[in-house]
Amino acid sequence: MTATATSPSGSTPIFQQKRQMPFPLNIYQSAIGRKWVMALTGIGLLGFVLVHMIGNLHIYEGPARMHEYAESLRTLGGGLVPKTFVLWLLRLGLIGMFVLHIHSAYTLKERSRKASDKADFIGGAKKYESKRDYVAANYASRTMRWTGPIILLYIIFHLADLTWGLVSSEWAAGDPYHNVVNSLSNTFIAIIYVVANIALVMHIFHGTWSLFQSLGINNPKYNKLRRNLATALAGIVLVGNLTFPILTTIGFINEDNRVCPPGDLECLVTQAEAH
Amino acid sequence: MSKELDLKLKIWRQEGPNVDGKFETYEANGISEDMSFLEMLDVINDNLITTGEVPIEFDHDCREGICGTCSLMINGQAHGHEKATTTCQLHMRKFDDGDTITVEPFRARAFPVVKDLVVDRSAFDRIIEAGGYISVNTGAASDANLTPVPKEASDTSFDAAACIGCGACVAACPNSAAQLFTSAKLGHLNLIPQGQAQRFARTETMVETMESFFGSCTNHGECHEACPKEISLDFIAFMNRDYVKAKVKNRKLAGQK
Repeated sequence: MTATATSPSGSTPIFQQKRQMPFPLNIYQSAIGRKWVMALTGIGLLGFVLVHMIGNLHIYEGPARMHEYAESLRTLGGGLVPKTFVLWLLRLGLIGMFVLHIHSAYTLKERSRKASDKADFIGGAKKYESKRDYVAANYASRTMRWTGPIILLYIIFHLADLTWGLVSSEWAAGDPYHNVVNSLSNTFIAIIYVVANIALVMHIFHGTWSLFQSLGINNPKYNKLRRNLATALAGIVLVGNLTFPILTTIGFINEDNRVCPPGDLECLVTQAEAH
Repeated sequence: MSKELDLKLKIWRQEGPNVDGKFETYEANGISEDMSFLEMLDVINDNLITTGEVPIEFDHDCREGICGTCSLMINGQAHGHEKATTTCQLHMRKFDDGDTITVEPFRARAFPVVKDLVVDRSAFDRIIEAGGYISVNTGAASDANLTPVPKEASDTSFDAAACIGCGACVAACPNSAAQLFTSAKLGHLNLIPQGQAQRFARTETMVETMESFFGSCTNHGECHEACPKEISLDFIAFMNRDYVKAKVKNRKLAGQK
């Protein structure tokens, strides 16, 4: 059996596979292989989103504990490795997963675009003149190619805002509580966070279900649970992440009872130890 | 006496593969509700021939829902809105008097329009040629039922074999992906003992041929809803799993050729 992609009649191939790369790189050459990569990196990124959300709940324990949590991320691995070594390994893994996830998504989108006449930015969804009645495809699944870029832009903004301190002049290194409150007190920025998190949750809602299909994890007995899991994860992330901008906007998260001045790390450490 | 319908039809007319097409509006009056959709088109064609116009070309063969020749995108849905029904089995009683019905050909770059509503679905033949058969030597004729087939495997294999290859899955897919068709053909042969010898070779070549013509699946599930034979999405998952397994099993190991 050899793959023959020749056609005596009308239809011409849209894609010709070049020389097969050695195993396991050849898996990434195929669309199904890329869907596997998207699913596996999706699991990793989903794990990050959950851990990030749960870790951020430390904000409800005040500035000192929030600083302590941030510091403990930098000292992961204890005294065995240099400071921030494990954190940077995790970050590199995360960047790698992002790059693979985005590259697969973009190249697969291009294949789908080529496979349809009248394809637009998001693919061949508008193939027909008559109004399409989607039966199974939901809003989340049809907007994956919009929510994805929205999340990417948001992440760049989020890093500039809270990691690099490029957005506000009052940003203080090592004092995440102050930075979060300072940033989210701005209603405009809070709205960006709310909108981006809704996009993220929609992406997770379809992605979580979809990854099971892509990886071929399918058992008629448990198939209904896949949709439930997607709904549950999306719900948890939605509620958890939206508490931060909303509670800051209504003033529940504030700096009124702060003991240490913003950015005074020694004071924060002393306060956390005394706790 | 059966009810009669007066309908307005917007039908895609295109003279040939390389000519621009456009919608034409036709009136179909006094259509019996017992007619099938194709019989309704026959009536329109009869009128067109009488008035000296070129009749509308459309694909059809068995007209009993088992050959997979008829196609048509009816009001934006492959084979019309009726679930698990081919166009030839879609009856006019499912429409209301005075309806305007839009009829378009199945669309995907792998399905170029030949004329009017007829599309060339030979890309599916390329996928079948790549491995949709069993060609191992089996020796002399053996006793019947010598190969035990588990009941579950034969049932599921039969569900997959119900695929008539009409192309509704590709037509309904926003990505123009042929995952449901290919996975049904793979599931049909890969689940039963007779198909095991070539299972992973078949999976690899059929999937790669599919990918050279069609788009990439994003798990919307529209194909299953459009499928006149209700092929399950589970076969797509089965294919995705077998494809990566095939890549592992088909690789050349050290010392082997």
